[in-house]
Amino acid sequence: MTHVHIVGAGIHPFGRHDDKSGLDQGVFAVREALADAGVDWTQMQFAFGGSSAAGNADAALPRLGLTGVQFINVANGCATGGSALLSGYWAIKSGEFDLGVVLGFDKHPRGAFNPSPADWGLPDWYGETGLMLTTQFFANKITRYMALHGVSPMTLALVAEKAFENGAKAPHSWRKQPVDAETILTSQMVSDPLTKFMFCSPAEGGAALILASDRKMRELGLSGPKLRGAAVRTRVNGSFEVFSPSLDIERGPSPTELASKAAYEMAGVGPADISVAQIQDTESGAEVMHMAENGLCADGEQERLIRNGETRLGGRLPINTDGGCLACGEPIGASGLRQVYENVQQLRGRAAGRQVEAPRFGYSQVYGAPGLSAVAILEA
Amino acid sequence: MGAVAIANGLFTMGEAPRLIGGRRKDDDRIVFPMPTGAEGALYEPVELSPRGALWSFTVQRFRPKSPPYAGDDDERSFKPFALGYVELPGEVIVEARLLTDDFTSLRIGQPMDLVLTPFRKAADGSDVLTYAFRPAA
Repeated sequence: MTHVHIVGAGIHPFGRHDDKSGLDQGVFAVREALADAGVDWTQMQFAFGGSSAAGNADAALPRLGLTGVQFINVANGCATGGSALLSGYWAIKSGEFDLGVVLGFDKHPRGAFNPSPADWGLPDWYGETGLMLTTQFFANKITRYMALHGVSPMTLALVAEKAFENGAKAPHSWRKQPVDAETILTSQMVSDPLTKFMFCSPAEGGAALILASDRKMRELGLSGPKLRGAAVRTRVNGSFEVFSPSLDIERGPSPTELASKAAYEMAGVGPADISVAQIQDTESGAEVMHMAENGLCADGEQERLIRNGETRLGGRLPINTDGGCLACGEPIGASGLRQVYENVQQLRGRAAGRQVEAPRFGYSQVYGAPGLSAVAILEA
Repeated sequence: MGAVAIANGLFTMGEAPRLIGGRRKDDDRIVFPMPTGAEGALYEPVELSPRGALWSFTVQRFRPKSPPYAGDDDERSFKPFALGYVELPGEVIVEARLLTDDFTSLRIGQPMDLVLTPFRKAADGSDVLTYAFRPAA
């Protein structure tokens, strides 16, 4: 079976761009990715694209060229980008296609998302009484985790401090201003124990990747990291997810644990092989918990690892080297592809100012409501 | 002035209120709330334990967006409230508002009791009740 390579990667800077639509940013990212690979839109045999709040992804077609290409819109919550990537991966693995693009973009209004209970199959009273906020879910999850595994509020602050420090070094990030841990810890409390600076914000941006089979890559004289494993998994009984009026007493694995295990198995590597990781940091606590859910440490080890700077640039396992969602914001459709874009930069030695030394395996994980996770493992 | 429940079939009213969950007929799994419509046919209603143990918690510090939030407070009169999950032994873990004046006193594992609490006023001035848990005396 053929291998899948990422031969081009493009991004539209994340943040706020009042003069541009989400679609503008998606089209920009595709053009950047095509130019990065040195290929033309007319060569694309497939496209998988998604946007949560900025319209249909295939509205990019008139701008990129009406070539008749197979274009499939992907909608999978916060894991939309990761799902588009997985779709492209299987398209090439199947042997049907050799070259294509995956893209994601978004543009959200400012402030917290306001979901409709009916859209989630939930009764109206749940939203009416103020229980339907994603921020509450993350806070509840980390409160219990901190109590069970001895994680301190300072560790949450250090995660955010690192994010802003790394973000300042990434050209595509939104937040460029370092913020110190003490300021983060004492900023406005949003949902205890999480403060304002510990949460990411909805934002705007676009990201795109050009995928090629081994054969096509050689034929065109291209190169790029190999996609060694990619998996999406959804929630099971006993997992704890956003917007849950009740939970099973018997606890089960999270979708992240399931997707992570599947991706490691496909890749034939383990957590110890990973040189750089981009993991979902909707808020500081999510990064802490996802470190363990992705097998990158044992439950409770985060306190020591983070305090010792092991996840900073220069540490044993740098995490969220572009500042993650905390520094880039979260345009839902683009977020998962931004992580892979950053790993591509790292693995190709192009992450100037934030470059990890000679990384071989790059790991990415995007998590989203209502309980799904997408993991990708790249090899340089 | 009387009081009305925020939704039918969510809890029993009266001196000793109970939440109404659903027990799935084919595997006895308990969920809350009791599913409605076609899905409801797969479950039988079950009155849940009024006492449990705090499983996790947080505090809602800002007024949630409306919709869906429908409190009759506004940005200025909104008061932060605690919420979290309470494990009802042998049944299910339910999400609820938590009634306490001292957010810092909440501890995972502490015993909690079910109460009904006024959430807002109905058009006729009566209280609209929702459910909550408060630390056991």
